[in-house]
Amino acid sequence: MAAAKARLAVHKFSSCDGCQLAFLNLGEDLLRLAELVEIVHFAEAGPVDPEAPVDIAFVEGSISTPEDEERIRQIRKNSRWLITIGACATAGGLQALRNLADGPGWIAEIYAQPGYIHSLATSTPIAAHVPVDLELWGCPVNGRQVLGAVRALLFGVVPALEQDKVCLECKRHQAVCVLVAKGLPCMGPVTLAGCGALCPRFGRDCYACYGPAENPNAAALGRRLEGLGLVPEAVARRFLFINNGAPDFAEAGRHWQEQAHDPEP
Amino acid sequence: MTQSREISLSVPVLARVEGEGALDLEVHGGHIETLRLRIFEPPRLFEKFLEGREYQEVPDMVARICGICPVAYQMSAVQAIEGIFGLAPDPWVRAMRRVFYCGEWIQSHSLHIHLLAAPDFLGYGSVAEMARAHPDTVRRGLALQALGNEIIRLFGGRSVHPVGARVGGFHRAPSRAEVAALQEQVGAALPGAEALVAWTASLNLPNDAQDFVSVALRHPDEYPMNEGRIVSSGGLDIPISDYEAHFVEHQEPHSTALYASLEGRPYLVGPLARLNLNLDRLHTPVREALGRTGIAFPSRNMFHSIVARAAEIHHALLEVTRLLEDYSAPEAPFAPATPRSGTGHGCTEAPRGLLWHRYDLDAAGQVRHARIVPPTSQNQARIEADLRRSLETLGLERDDEALRQQAEMVIRNYDPCISCATHFLTVRVGRR
Repeated sequence: MAAAKARLAVHKFSSCDGCQLAFLNLGEDLLRLAELVEIVHFAEAGPVDPEAPVDIAFVEGSISTPEDEERIRQIRKNSRWLITIGACATAGGLQALRNLADGPGWIAEIYAQPGYIHSLATSTPIAAHVPVDLELWGCPVNGRQVLGAVRALLFGVVPALEQDKVCLECKRHQAVCVLVAKGLPCMGPVTLAGCGALCPRFGRDCYACYGPAENPNAAALGRRLEGLGLVPEAVARRFLFINNGAPDFAEAGRHWQEQAHDPEP
Repeated sequence: MTQSREISLSVPVLARVEGEGALDLEVHGGHIETLRLRIFEPPRLFEKFLEGREYQEVPDMVARICGICPVAYQMSAVQAIEGIFGLAPDPWVRAMRRVFYCGEWIQSHSLHIHLLAAPDFLGYGSVAEMARAHPDTVRRGLALQALGNEIIRLFGGRSVHPVGARVGGFHRAPSRAEVAALQEQVGAALPGAEALVAWTASLNLPNDAQDFVSVALRHPDEYPMNEGRIVSSGGLDIPISDYEAHFVEHQEPHSTALYASLEGRPYLVGPLARLNLNLDRLHTPVREALGRTGIAFPSRNMFHSIVARAAEIHHALLEVTRLLEDYSAPEAPFAPATPRSGTGHGCTEAPRGLLWHRYDLDAAGQVRHARIVPPTSQNQARIEADLRRSLETLGLERDDEALRQQAEMVIRNYDPCISCATHFLTVRVGRR
């Protein structure tokens, strides 16, 4: 007797939809995935049943409205494993920059009738609201990451995630270090591996879209960036970018913003 | 007794669109009282995030507005910034940007045709269901989508939020060997793309001629993509810097997307508008393939959008072939930029239509102010006008399920990208 297929859902919150493309760009693997598991909710691909109980729930996007807060609690109740995909779900996304500023004031500047816009002042990661079983970093995540997670969970194990820094990926690819060789403000030394060191291999500096690696030495990198000639404000911007809400980067960013406004003697 | 029902219909999550939205329909006494495409994806405030950022950060930042058309955002942005710096892309950069952009059209259109739109016309809920009955068609579509992604990857490292584009050009030039390998794949895909044009035209598309104004870019000798003047089927012909004098955005209570109008009226952007206004710029084999469909273009049937998408895939593959002929890598893949202050405009043809940007930079090249008008907010008023007449034509006495299906099909046909418009879809029909 065949066991029942595992049930899978892909939910979306505030995001660019780019992490869902890790599924939609799988090609024929997408059809194979649809055979392997039962996709019960994935609005962009067709199936709509947001309240269905599932084994695996992938969540894209950050929480930025009162309705979002309620919806994610319901998803948590209905899901055996809840996995965040991408920078928005895992760290609040680029839009978490509003947490550092005046969200309501900004809305007033963009919309003539700000009263029509229902939004929280903050954009926060899923884990700030409910327990998360697995976090897949990256802006965007790729097909290998999401398929790897599904496969492992189907075998009943939690997948082993990347912990290395981008620097190690550069070494594996024998890419020339852009920080040393070109003096570029590369974020590779503090950034989680997984992208394949795309930016350094294209001759440019990493901008930390995969978020902080394990034990990142953000203080040392910040001083190095300053040594390359970046003013404190610019060092702060390097940390406060795609994953500005990740605690290690948020702290480093705050430090360098303070340096910009009130430099140490 | 009158036959008119009081209707209140709600479709809580609209499937197979990008982003999140809803439709509210209230019918009273046999007339549509309220019809609103509600876009409630929370605002992401990108225009504010851009303020204070350096010009080099802009392409990586604006890509994050949309995972499906990041190249379009990068291309409109670099055009605007280079305009301020007085930096004209050299012929290699210009040609390779076009190839890069063709990759996005091929990827996005193939995804829309096969994963989002075609299931409507064949009676399936998803591509996975459709694949069981039409395996070869789906395989061909997925292969074209993959090829589009491959083209983007060659210049950008990855197809979603590519890292290769910069102000002045690209960070890296592909090698001749990489380009030759891609050329081979493109050549092999051409017959399938041509067949796709015929296949989309053979679908059971509703016959639904209507009146609308088409708006697109127009270029002296190319099918529009990276540059051109803004033209309309109503005779408008303006430089992109005059956009704000003719097009106005306003806010509606039910939407986080702003509505755009041209001289106070809704208008259409996207593949059908582009094709209607630029038939004479298509490669000959595409014009011939369209001729064989028996459909007369310019077309007033919105459902011919899917045929226009297929024609643009075919055209884009031929364009990639042409542009990569005799390829050689340049000495430097970019021209260095010297920042200066000013206001610049960028306008390119995203897969879904006109994508207009304006930036004010200070002397150090930092963004003082930015304004971005995505295609979906431009189409929003047009979609509502289409829905109203389409549902009336179908007959408001039809049951809720029939109305919902028709409404979803009409909306999906525009390929709205709600993340772009900052924005989503749920249909609610109220009958009183």
